[in-house]
Amino acid sequence: MSEPQAVQDGKEQSGQAGAYQAHFRVWRGDADGGELADFQVEVHEGEVVLDIIHRLQATQTPDLAVRWNCKAGKCGSCSAEINGRPRLMCMTRMSVFDRTETITVTPMRAFPVVRDLVTDVSFNYAKAREIPSFVPPAELAPGEYRMKQEDVGRSQEFRKCIECFLCQDTCHVVRDHEENKAAFAGPRFLMRIAELDMHPLDAAPESGIDRKGSAQDDHGLGYCNITKCCTEVCPENIKITDNALIPLKERAADRKYDPLVWLGNKIRRRTE
Amino acid sequence: MHSAARAAIPARHLRTDRWWLAPAATAAGLLAFIVYSTWRAFANADYYHAPYVSPFYSPCLAENCHTMRGGPNWEIFGSWWGLSPALLILIFPLGFRLTCYYYRKAYYRGFWASPPACAVAEPHKKYTGETRFPLILQNIHRYFFYFAVLVAGVLTYDTALTFRDEHYHWGHMGLGSLVFLVNIVLIWAYTVSCHSCRHIVGGRLRHFSKHPVRYRLWGWIGRLNERHMLLAWSSLISVALADFYVFLLASGAFEDPRFF
Repeated sequence: MSEPQAVQDGKEQSGQAGAYQAHFRVWRGDADGGELADFQVEVHEGEVVLDIIHRLQATQTPDLAVRWNCKAGKCGSCSAEINGRPRLMCMTRMSVFDRTETITVTPMRAFPVVRDLVTDVSFNYAKAREIPSFVPPAELAPGEYRMKQEDVGRSQEFRKCIECFLCQDTCHVVRDHEENKAAFAGPRFLMRIAELDMHPLDAAPESGIDRKGSAQDDHGLGYCNITKCCTEVCPENIKITDNALIPLKERAADRKYDPLVWLGNKIRRRTE
Repeated sequence: MHSAARAAIPARHLRTDRWWLAPAATAAGLLAFIVYSTWRAFANADYYHAPYVSPFYSPCLAENCHTMRGGPNWEIFGSWWGLSPALLILIFPLGFRLTCYYYRKAYYRGFWASPPACAVAEPHKKYTGETRFPLILQNIHRYFFYFAVLVAGVLTYDTALTFRDEHYHWGHMGLGSLVFLVNIVLIWAYTVSCHSCRHIVGGRLRHFSKHPVRYRLWGWIGRLNERHMLLAWSSLISVALADFYVFLLASGAFEDPRFF
């Protein structure tokens, strides 16, 4: 993209009715250090925070680094922290702030910073690779999968995830404790395990993969203390805690902490 | 919360809203209930006024209970128990609420600041969550749920008994019956909306299509479960109010208005 549309709009609409000057503080720096820089910048009606960041790039600080793509809340690229809250810049309307309010924009604090508002989110890709993928059922060839809506409806909610990693950023297990990153997959990937474990055709149990047990043993489900910050920040409004993490905790309890369920499964020799 | 490669932001948080209000209000509410219920549980007095028995003392499992005609006097523990009989039964609803997924969030945030609010750094140097003793015991929530169902059953029985008058004649109703009725509806709604209940009823299944009845029940419980926090608070308040109502009657501070 040669010049973002929002930048062109900013030039054209300067001085238009309803415009006002806002005070922005944007974190500038890299892994070696940085600080919050102050800006006075024009804001127009209907704009979002990402528009203002683009206007800063266009008018005051052309080397400001920011990652973005769709500007529609679907690519998950422009994750940052606005007034201390993890949010998508493109989905945060300026109208939610008071006109006199100072708006502080910082990079996600749980991940290494690359430069300015851009962070290195490769931690998440590493965690994604640690989760065994869907295991195709041996008796069905591709194209022969048939599933009823009620069997897949529950996990369809999880597929709305745009991988913005705001849930990973806000989760205090890794945000406040870097040392837990090795043991904890984070809400996004525990949700992925829940999705696969609920999948009606996943043949993981038949191939010796115990998703319930490994969620607890290998992916750090026990670190989650269900304080729901992941759900609070999810821009897709996925009920991560209630519909994925708690059901997964209950499934792990079935496998590891409930002698009655264990006995029942032994007697009936089946899983449902 | 800092590591070498992260953005160097020294502030513990940059939130500008009143993020402390929710955990402070939660902690204050829970603390108020703890103080009230501790006083009432240890008081061992003013818990019965025919036909009402305080939900804190029901069922009464020791011999040192008031005789409640037709009421929940089940002397399983016999005469050796000398303390308040409330202590014998309150352990079950207490355990149910302590291990409840909503209350865990509430007290982890409100009392332990782990975290105090989203994107606000917690004050602890180390964090192991629910991976170790004692917090790994949170996984027995479902067993407390089973007991909670039994206790709710007894409280339902107590509510039915309130449709008597002070001479134990059936077919009467007082303001207390209404208080008990509201309380038991909220207690059941909270108990049934439990995440463990949702799991046991249908959540553990992989093929809902093979279990249509359980699927339907799971859906209903799911809708209640969305209001679990609201039900947790309203049932906590209602159970305290029901107990306080009985206290007022038993201590002679108030006369139960009779409807018929």
